[in-house]
Amino acid sequence: MSKFLNPVRLLALCRKECMQIVRDPSSILIAFVLPFVLLFIFGYGVNLDANRVRLGLLVQDAGAEASQFANALEGSPFIALHRDGSLVHLKALLASGDIRGLVVITSEFSAKVRGGEGSAAIQVLTDGSEPNTASFVGSYVQGVWQTWLAQRARDQGLAVPALTDVRPRFWFNPSTVSRNYLVPGSISVIMTIIGALLTSLVVAREWERGTMESLLATPVTRTEFLLAKIVPYYVLGMVAMALCVTVATTLMGVPLRGSLLALFLISSLFLGSGLGLGLLLSTVTKNQFIAAQAALVAAFLPAVMLSGFVFEISSMPAWIQVVTHLIPARYFVSALQTLFQAGDIWPVIWVNAVWLFFSALFWLGFTALKTSRRLDGS
Amino acid sequence: MWYAMLTLIRKELQALFTDATSLRILVMPVILQLVLFPFAATLEVKNSTLAIFNQDGGASSTELVQRLASAKAFPHILNIYSEIELTRVIDRQDAMLAIRIPSDFSRKIARRESASVQAIIDGRRSNSAQIAFSYAQQVISAFDADRTSAALPAQLVIRNLYNPNLEYRWFILPSLVAIITTVGCLMVTALSLAREREEGTFDQLLVSPITPAYIMAGKALPGILVAMLQGTIISAAAVWVYHVPFGGSIALLYLSMFCYGLSLAGFGLFISAICSTQQQAFLGVFGFMAPAVVLSGYMAPVENMPVVLQWVSAIDPLSHFIIVVKGIFLKGYDFPQAWPNLWPLLLIAAFTLTSAYLIFRNRSGQ
Repeated sequence: MSKFLNPVRLLALCRKECMQIVRDPSSILIAFVLPFVLLFIFGYGVNLDANRVRLGLLVQDAGAEASQFANALEGSPFIALHRDGSLVHLKALLASGDIRGLVVITSEFSAKVRGGEGSAAIQVLTDGSEPNTASFVGSYVQGVWQTWLAQRARDQGLAVPALTDVRPRFWFNPSTVSRNYLVPGSISVIMTIIGALLTSLVVAREWERGTMESLLATPVTRTEFLLAKIVPYYVLGMVAMALCVTVATTLMGVPLRGSLLALFLISSLFLGSGLGLGLLLSTVTKNQFIAAQAALVAAFLPAVMLSGFVFEISSMPAWIQVVTHLIPARYFVSALQTLFQAGDIWPVIWVNAVWLFFSALFWLGFTALKTSRRLDGS
Repeated sequence: MWYAMLTLIRKELQALFTDATSLRILVMPVILQLVLFPFAATLEVKNSTLAIFNQDGGASSTELVQRLASAKAFPHILNIYSEIELTRVIDRQDAMLAIRIPSDFSRKIARRESASVQAIIDGRRSNSAQIAFSYAQQVISAFDADRTSAALPAQLVIRNLYNPNLEYRWFILPSLVAIITTVGCLMVTALSLAREREEGTFDQLLVSPITPAYIMAGKALPGILVAMLQGTIISAAAVWVYHVPFGGSIALLYLSMFCYGLSLAGFGLFISAICSTQQQAFLGVFGFMAPAVVLSGYMAPVENMPVVLQWVSAIDPLSHFIIVVKGIFLKGYDFPQAWPNLWPLLLIAAFTLTSAYLIFRNRSGQ
């Protein structure tokens, strides 16, 4: 045991690492200020529920039917109407993105409706360069359309067809606040930053500054060296995690239904793999600039794009779904979403914990393998 | 003096490109992201599993189940037979949407009364689940329409301009042009000065006859060049590999890339000027980039944000550049259409470059 690990030496190394962290104000900033800023930006900036979409309306018809439909649009709580201007003007607004859709009621609409030959049409143009918003526009106008049809049928004394009533019930997040599932997701992005990005610099820095050579000249073992790099950043990460959870649950009102124990377990495993990935990049590249770039590409961007945090994994092509299994953030996102909103559903948590465990083992083991005790070693 | 600056730029480019690893690190990620992200980043819901709990055995319910099962949006159907199973399927995320058909469904339909079904939606993934729910709703509406088949007095014609089939890839690729170049350009400009400081070569630069303004220009231009190089790779791939239509002019695209590069270089040098180690600079880049990407309108539309964040988005160069690139690709923007988003970029560049210069001169003056 003592051949690999000398507690006194380890403690001394940890102390040195901590002093380096504390001495550079940027580490403290990243661990304590950035989580706040990012949580707020993700929690309030990413709102996928288009609550009030801006829509242009051009009515070229003076008939009662046309104005009835226009009023129905006006009354929709999901639509903010722009009624001014010509077709050219409204189309320019659509091109510049000032409105996201345009409803056109052409001149013979009312007459055709009254004629009843079914050729009357209302045209809706959407801004397809924003596909998500465009489909919202489509379904909002369709909703108004159906209300208008039902209203018309009732006015004319026709029987309203008995439609099937679909009653949605949202489990775990009844009010469907997208913040409630985006905040747990963004916590995993923040932890990726703290885990992988900070550690990606630490070993490379020793090489660049030449202090690695001095370290190699001491009796410090590989295990001690790595542990001294891991433990302080693990503590830093867990403190930041505690901070994130506190802010999310108190200031932002996101429910936490799972136990702290499960949260602690999952976060520790995730930090293990995040720190491992960062250290590996740092060890292999020996260059801060390259390690930083690599960490950004290998850790941060996948954590945003491939973790299922915003983009649904099951909708991706099969080969990308395979790739997502390599991304630790994927398991963390899934576990956090369950822990925050649904509670301790152990089958979900165990699966993710086991994957995270192997991922941590893989990255840390790989790093240990790549850490040499020689200057000329690879 | 021009000659001195050219030499400086040459030195920077050499430092970037002769080193095979840094060249790889500037080009490889671009290719990797080009391969992965256009497929991954989609808000469409495909391959989702639908759980059906049919408590009714009647003809109408069977027909509805068959319609749901044959819908393209739900290739996997999970038939469940008990309340407990329903809870387990949703809890374990085996399905994000379950439809429960109550036992009186067929009877009510036969009596021409309004029947109801229940949709249980996994709120943990509410966006995707809501989209899946809307697919199910369409199936049920079609079921109703065929049942009642009343002639409609008029039709609703929905047409999607610029992107007729609402292909998500057409939206992602122009946005990627903007996002990936951001990483490249910022890293080059923000870390370069910090690296010189850390390695001690900064002092050598200061004692040379080159003035701070030239040093800054020498640092900014390589960053802009890297951004334009990366932008070219992604645009080319967007057009020829992913077949995204390109409606505007190439000259305008490069002009906007240059304006964007300038504003990024401004932020990069600003970060560089206030940092003394590479770690600080790197974290500075990160502290700028994460909010810049989130608030750019790429992840969620700017108009959905609270007003305060919309103001922040207005000083985010990325949000302007994304509008311009998407406009040039999909909407065929000409210069007058692009200008409302180009001048903010130039204004941001002027502001950040000036403040970076002032800080830089003060710090190197002593």
